[in-house]
Amino acid sequence: MARYVVDVMPKPEILDPQGKAVLGALPRLGFDGVLDVRQGKRFEVEIEGDATDASLAEVRQMAETLLSNPVIEDFEVRLVDHTVAEAAR
Amino acid sequence: MKVGVVTFPGSLDDVDARRAVKFGGHEAVALWHGDHDLKGVDAVVLPGGFSYGDYLRCGAISRFAPVMTEVIEAAGKGMPVLGICNGFQILCESHLLPGALIRNDHRKFACRDQRLRIERVDTPWTAAYEANAEITVVLKNGEGGYIADEATLDRLEGEGRVVARYVGDNPNGSLRDIAGISNERGNIVGLMPHPEHAVEDLCGPGTDGLGFFTSLAAAAFA
Repeated sequence: MARYVVDVMPKPEILDPQGKAVLGALPRLGFDGVLDVRQGKRFEVEIEGDATDASLAEVRQMAETLLSNPVIEDFEVRLVDHTVAEAAR
Repeated sequence: MKVGVVTFPGSLDDVDARRAVKFGGHEAVALWHGDHDLKGVDAVVLPGGFSYGDYLRCGAISRFAPVMTEVIEAAGKGMPVLGICNGFQILCESHLLPGALIRNDHRKFACRDQRLRIERVDTPWTAAYEANAEITVVLKNGEGGYIADEATLDRLEGEGRVVARYVGDNPNGSLRDIAGISNERGNIVGLMPHPEHAVEDLCGPGTDGLGFFTSLAAAAFA
C-alpha cells in the first residue's frame, strides 16, 4: 500500500476568510507577533500496491479534478513512507 | 415548456424552484441527482441548498453526480440551464461558467432582501426584464463571493456576460459586485440570489423574481 498526502491551499492572491478568522483569534489567546495565517486542506490517500510513477500520476489527477479547484487553489502531492503503514498491519 | 429541477442530497430550494417554474407558466419536472435521465425536459434549474453538505467545496461533489453528465452535455448543446446559489457553485465547479464562489469576505452568513440590476436580458432566463431593470429578491448565502482573475472579469464585462449586479451594499465581497453571469451563448446562467423566493405577494419581498421563470416563454431561444 502506498500513502500519498495532498496539500491544498488557497492561492496567495485569493482572500482566505477562514485564515483571517484564525489570525484574528490568536492575539486574543496571547499569541502575539503572528503576521498571517492561511488555512488549507490535507488529504491522505491510500492506494493499493507499491508506490509507482503511475499511482503518483493518478493521485495528481485526483487532486486536479476533485480535491482542488484550480481556479482558487494550489496543491502539492507527496508520498509518505508506506513501509510504516505496512508494518502497522 | 417542461422545466426540470434537480434534487441533490442536501438541496434546499428544489420545491420552491418547482413552484416558481409553475408560477412562470411551465410544467415542473423533478429530476434526481442519481439518474442519468433528464426526462425530456426543455430546460434545467439547479436549485440552492447545501448539496453533499458542502463537503470538500460547495458544489464540488454534485458536479460529478450522475445527472450532471446529461446536464453538462445538454447545456453544451444550448439547453437553458439556471443555477441558483448552490446551483451557481455547481456550474462553476463544472466549468460551465468561469470563476468560483468563496466564503463571504465578512465571514458571516448573509440573509436579506437584495437589490439587483439585470444587465443581460438576451438570455432565456432574463428576457422578460427590461435592460438594467432593478429588482429586489432574497439573498441568502455563506459562500457567495464571486471571484475570477482580472482577465476573466474583463472578458465577462467586455462580452456583456454579467447578468446581474448587486446594487447598494455588496453582500458578500463579490468582485465587481457580480451577482450572476452567463456563458457566451447566454443559455447557461448562474445567479447567487434567489428569484424563486420572490414570485408571489404572500411571502418574500414581492414578485420581482418571477421574470426568471416567465422569460423561458419570451425567449424562444434558438
